[in-house]
Amino acid sequence: MDSVAQRLSAVGAGAALELRGVTRLFGALAALTDVTITVRPGERRAVLGSNGAGKTTLFNCITGDFPPTSGTIRFFGEDVTHFPPYERIRRGLRRTYQISALFPGLTVQDNVYLACRGVSRGRFSFLRPGQNDALMHAADSLVQAVHLTAVKDQRVAELAHGQQRQLEIALALAGAPRFVLFDEPAAGLSPTERAELVEILTSLPAHIGYIIIEHDMDVALRVVESVTMMHNGRIFKEGVPEEIESDPEVQELYLGGGHE
Amino acid sequence: MSVTHDARIQVRTAAATAQRTVVRGWPDVNNPAAWIVAAILLIMPLIANGFFLIEIFATTLILGTIALSLMFLTGYGGMVSLMQLTIAGFSAYMVAVFGVSGNANISLGWPWWLAVPMALTLATIFGTLGGALAVRTEGIYTIMITLAIGAAFYYFTNQNWAIFNGHTGINNVGTPHFWGVDWRWDIPFYYIVLAVAAICYFAVDYISRAPFGLALQGVRDNPRRMAALGFNVNAHRVAAYAVASFVAGLAGVLQVWNYRQISPGSVSVGACIDILIIAVVGGITRPIGPYIGALVFVLLRTFALDFLVKIGLDGNRFRLLIGLGFLAIVFWSSDGVIGLWQRWRQSQRPRSDHPGGGRGHG
Repeated sequence: MDSVAQRLSAVGAGAALELRGVTRLFGALAALTDVTITVRPGERRAVLGSNGAGKTTLFNCITGDFPPTSGTIRFFGEDVTHFPPYERIRRGLRRTYQISALFPGLTVQDNVYLACRGVSRGRFSFLRPGQNDALMHAADSLVQAVHLTAVKDQRVAELAHGQQRQLEIALALAGAPRFVLFDEPAAGLSPTERAELVEILTSLPAHIGYIIIEHDMDVALRVVESVTMMHNGRIFKEGVPEEIESDPEVQELYLGGGHE
Repeated sequence: MSVTHDARIQVRTAAATAQRTVVRGWPDVNNPAAWIVAAILLIMPLIANGFFLIEIFATTLILGTIALSLMFLTGYGGMVSLMQLTIAGFSAYMVAVFGVSGNANISLGWPWWLAVPMALTLATIFGTLGGALAVRTEGIYTIMITLAIGAAFYYFTNQNWAIFNGHTGINNVGTPHFWGVDWRWDIPFYYIVLAVAAICYFAVDYISRAPFGLALQGVRDNPRRMAALGFNVNAHRVAAYAVASFVAGLAGVLQVWNYRQISPGSVSVGACIDILIIAVVGGITRPIGPYIGALVFVLLRTFALDFLVKIGLDGNRFRLLIGLGFLAIVFWSSDGVIGLWQRWRQSQRPRSDHPGGGRGHG
């Protein structure tokens, strides 16, 4: 029995997300080098690092937008290294983009409806949703959750930046997410909108874990329980927010150094 | 000033929302112009003689339906396919090959109700396979691949005698006779064409608001995000080609019944590009556009010749007029004739809206 438990933990059955030795090369440039991370289900973690540290590349490897050059990625115990992005999403992985990746020609409602449809059956359905369509109602409540009900019939191209960022988050919360990757969700938001964002993140159900890339420490360290520091495509420190904030090396490299 | 402006937008959005909940997705129901056009099309045989009925209106509806298949791919899917006419031509050839024609050594002589489903199936498979090749590329390369398929099919039909009968093509293609009616008579044929065009038009309009069509527009706007929402983007694109191929195939059946013959000249590269011109001139963002474009094209093709001869120019220069018209429309409106129409409507609107805005301000 012991050996079974050991084997299970060895393949990361208990982890929501487990990366082992993930390396990503762009030609001769190593954007990620030998990255190993384990994240528990429900865990909330920040990934910090200066520009070019490999944070977004890390996300792209996890979602499969760019597959890793080497290494393995497990999602709730399943090896998804060679899965196309849509297969990972259907298993409960979600992400947002640093630069809003929305559908400008469609309405807010239709954007969210597509997100709901993408993780359920009937993606190829030729039948219009009726008045009592369950996914339409799911989309309605998501639109409400990110405070966009007033503009739900407007085309996304007409939305303000802050509203687009909120929609970006709504798309990542459709269906039954198990783990979400937030790529700089606070970028370009006003202080009020940042407060709203913190509220949305902290009010997520406890079973939904996430990794957040965020430069704004006020946002990042308030919504996570652990922090991973990256530099030049490598992980060089992991810990709880207080440790990271007071770590002299971190201050030199990122918190202090970044401002000079 | 900005407050007034915002208020007016609010009012307009609210009105639009209310309207949308009443007839979600069928805005045409509220549009009197749509009812007038439908009525005119239905009573057309009372107004128009045989020449106008077939040479102008039936031909417009057939070309419009082929262009509609392109509009579906381009307007909703963001894929420009130059092989839509080729698929229609393939379907037309298959009707001639499997059905009845004057070339008894080639045609199998199946009744039309067997030959047509066969032709539609094969045309859909043909277009889907072409689409499966084309979706591996984007933008200009999609255009090149589909153009290459069109050109290859043209030269193949020219040189293949066993099935396609070379450059002479297949003549005296049989047309359906049942219930005591020769359905190629002008009036019954006009109604067949009108029915097929109407079904295709409403089907495309309907699908655009169904999950498949919405997802296709998502693929057009941002394929990478669609994959990050759980969609298999390439599968969606190939499925769109299948739908468009079926629509083009239907139009191809009508085309071969219309001319009772099919030859390589009907599937030339120039004819493929005509379909693109028709769709762009009419407007590529909405299903009505291709039909408007086809009407402009057919009218120019039919009457520009006489007009040019009258003012002492070569009649074949009608393409010059089409080209100039194309340039003018693309230059002034990226959304074809529909775009011009909508802009004209909007320029009319502020005057009628102004009193309402004033009241809101007061």
